[in-house]
Amino acid sequence: MRKLWDFPGGIHPPQHKSQSNSQPIRFAGLPQKLILPLQQHIGSPAETRVAVGTTVLKGECLAAAIGTLGVPVHAPTSGKIEAISRQPVPHPSGMVDWCITLIPDGLDTWCERRAMPDYAHHPRPEVLARIRDAGVVGLGGAGFPIHIKLQPPERDKVETLILNGAECEPYITADDVLMRERATEVVEGLNIMAWLLEPAHCVIAVEDNKPEAIAALRAAAEDTLIEIVVIPTKYPSGGEKQLIQIVTGLEVPHGGIPADIGTMCQNVGTAVAVYRAIHHGEPLISRITSITGHAVTTPGNVEAYLGTPVADLLRQAGLQTDRLDRLILGGPMMGYTLQSADVPVIKTTNCVIAAARGELPEPPPEQPCIRCGACSEACPMELLPQQLFWYAKAEEFEKAEHQNLFDCIECGACSYVCPSSIPLVQYYRFAKGEIRAHNAEQLKSDRARERFEARQARLERERGEKEARREERARTAAEAQAKKAEQSGNSDGPALDDRAAKTAAVQAALARKEQKAQQPLTAAQSPDETTEPDIASLEKQLSQAQDKLATMVAMLEEAQTSGADNADKLERAVAKNTERVKRAEEALSAARNEAIQPETTPPSG
Amino acid sequence: MTLRQQSSPHTRGARSTAHIMLWVIVATLPGLIVQTIFFGWGNLINVAWCIALAIGAEAAVLRLRQRPLKFYLSDNTAALTGLLLGLALPPFTPWWVSAVAVIAAIVMAKQLYGGLGSNPFNPAMVGYALVLISFPVAMTTNWAAPAGLFQGAPGFLETLGLIAAGKQTAIDAYTMATPLDVYKHDIGALVAEEVRQHPSFGTGVAKGWEWVNLGFLAGGLVLLYLKIITWHIPVSVLAALVVMSLAFGSNQDLYAPLSLHLLAGATILGAFFIATDPVSAATSHQGKLIYGAGIGLLLYVIRTWGSYPDAVAFAVLLMNFAVPFIDHYTPPRTYGHNKARRGIASKSAG
Repeated sequence: MRKLWDFPGGIHPPQHKSQSNSQPIRFAGLPQKLILPLQQHIGSPAETRVAVGTTVLKGECLAAAIGTLGVPVHAPTSGKIEAISRQPVPHPSGMVDWCITLIPDGLDTWCERRAMPDYAHHPRPEVLARIRDAGVVGLGGAGFPIHIKLQPPERDKVETLILNGAECEPYITADDVLMRERATEVVEGLNIMAWLLEPAHCVIAVEDNKPEAIAALRAAAEDTLIEIVVIPTKYPSGGEKQLIQIVTGLEVPHGGIPADIGTMCQNVGTAVAVYRAIHHGEPLISRITSITGHAVTTPGNVEAYLGTPVADLLRQAGLQTDRLDRLILGGPMMGYTLQSADVPVIKTTNCVIAAARGELPEPPPEQPCIRCGACSEACPMELLPQQLFWYAKAEEFEKAEHQNLFDCIECGACSYVCPSSIPLVQYYRFAKGEIRAHNAEQLKSDRARERFEARQARLERERGEKEARREERARTAAEAQAKKAEQSGNSDGPALDDRAAKTAAVQAALARKEQKAQQPLTAAQSPDETTEPDIASLEKQLSQAQDKLATMVAMLEEAQTSGADNADKLERAVAKNTERVKRAEEALSAARNEAIQPETTPPSG
Repeated sequence: MTLRQQSSPHTRGARSTAHIMLWVIVATLPGLIVQTIFFGWGNLINVAWCIALAIGAEAAVLRLRQRPLKFYLSDNTAALTGLLLGLALPPFTPWWVSAVAVIAAIVMAKQLYGGLGSNPFNPAMVGYALVLISFPVAMTTNWAAPAGLFQGAPGFLETLGLIAAGKQTAIDAYTMATPLDVYKHDIGALVAEEVRQHPSFGTGVAKGWEWVNLGFLAGGLVLLYLKIITWHIPVSVLAALVVMSLAFGSNQDLYAPLSLHLLAGATILGAFFIATDPVSAATSHQGKLIYGAGIGLLLYVIRTWGSYPDAVAFAVLLMNFAVPFIDHYTPPRTYGHNKARRGIASKSAG
């Protein structure tokens, strides 16, 4: 008998499980259409591999895995792709995301399945690839890709592999019925994981409120080394960190993963998915979901194809719309409310609660915190929820972080017991969101500052280089000057000091500038000008001046006829422009003469 | 069809602040009943008067603060403060002394700090300490003699009349100093045996008082059983008192004996009902232990070497001062952490 540990805190909310676990699993059938979100897991969304109008077979890959954490999405049945569009997906915010809409053809024709029952004779990476290609993710809620989880870092050796069948949330019985009816598949799936990880111990942990499941698992695990561990019913025993603590007495280090302490948790449903992927070559295309709550007449568990609209399942279970108060996806402790039932079942959808009015009543108004400490007595993570609440409310996020806000698993035990009905978890989510936003902002401004500083440094460097070049030029000019002076014999000596060189350079520069300034006027009149007058540009100047003059003359005429005030002003402008045109004409003709001369009379050398 | 949107969790336990306060009120009843049996109607009248005044004062301030009356008054906390004062004040306390205590407790110590949950000091003890310092005569001479000691203890109307008359001192025949007071003053000149001849002691520890304390102990155990309080504060208060008494006061001819410390004053009421006020107490288990031990220690120090025979109010208030400090250094170790993160958040960025 394995020694069990307790975890601190925890609560015992009413179970409400008998509503849904008294019936066997029912197959939900083919809906009118299946809506398959491209992201049903943690990681990058899958990339579409089919076009609208394509006919696909059951099990065919519709969207391929992208990135390390990616997993593909498969066709749950055969049919035709109707659309690839943005549709409402199950998310607390009620957001829309990219989905593939598949219209079933009713034939349910499988594609070719590649089973691998002899997996033990294959290399491990091949088996892991097969699991990934089957789109298997953690079915317990987070949707973490299993092929990644099954490859822990080299340094971490998994000693204890725990299959999580605790299902501690009220209402949910999907894992319960799965373990009752498919215990052999659970065990087979565990065997595959155990073969991959080679742990010293394999444990299936089940809360003691599921005697049928425990009996079924015991029967299925007979003659194996798998231990069926019955744990006391206490929420949140199914939390990964809590379950590890119950089974091994160890704590997952802050910021670490279970494999760091030689443990790993997998959901029982995930084990079945792994079994089906390896032994039958079937990708993850359906899951078991509890449809429960007082607003449905026949609550129970259904096996639904992924993509089946929740509304269809509710209709099948006899939804009484007039009694419906709210729809919860997941359990009453950690699930989230849906804005409409038009979202599909995805890989992580374990429960839909159609709560009738008064079933899960609205909490009374929030009262002041009296620091009674009921929350810290209930906290399984040994936090001080009342302190975190004060800090979150006062927006003292630094202090909240210091008090380990980010270790909060949002199980809701604190809110459950709070006598002042303070929505504590909501405060923590707010604080976490603010801190994340602040950190992102900080990162952004840090990057902006780095960029700015880099730019400043570059400009500084460029200025320095420019300066150096200028000095270089000045020195060359001075040397040239000195040389010239020496040659002409005017110089005092060959050794010109720096200052003289500079003065010379400055004078040279000034002279150049003067020349430049005079150039437009004197270009044509100075045949000894070193640069050749550009005939083309002069022609352009002339035509521009002529155009302008024409316009001005027209304006002047108009002004004179209408008797406007600016007539005399325009008159002066016309005179000026006429002068300019004349000068330009002269310049052009001079330049033309100049241009012809050098050709005919070669320069004397 | 509009579906209700709410953040998880979607369900909650049945317990409410009003229920908790009501349970605390109910848990004081055994003590109150025994008090009435041994010391007459005084405490019962005080309790009624203080509760009525507390609710009235709370309502008045809520009105000034423009807060909804029904929502806040129905949390039963004002009534509890009034009740605790009514239990703690001497049975023949003049009405106006009680009134000062209650108004100071509700208006100053509670509402001026922001109302329920925001008060750093235990409101009832602020009120009590204020009148103890301001009206020492009224607060020391109005303790009732245990019934049966004097034949014909005052009846209900007579007691009501005495309280309503508002005189600083009631009729000598009905009153008597508390056993702790007697012991403290007489032990200087007498030996223990002689001190115990005083009529306030009787044959047991301290006539009447021991039963009152046991009555409060019974109520306190109910609170523990209902998990309204945890064991940390009462146990550490009593443990510190025991340790101090055994360490310093084992000589009964010099100091009050341990039995008297535990059962003759307001020790049990203080340990289970007053020090456990969650608003003004320390937060974590470790913090509660330190907080409680501090109260027990101060209780003994003030009773033995200070000038007050009982010291629950001062001990509790002094430790209330220390609560923010204690809280900073006693957070629990969170799951997955090697050790608790003590102290305040460092200012370093990132």
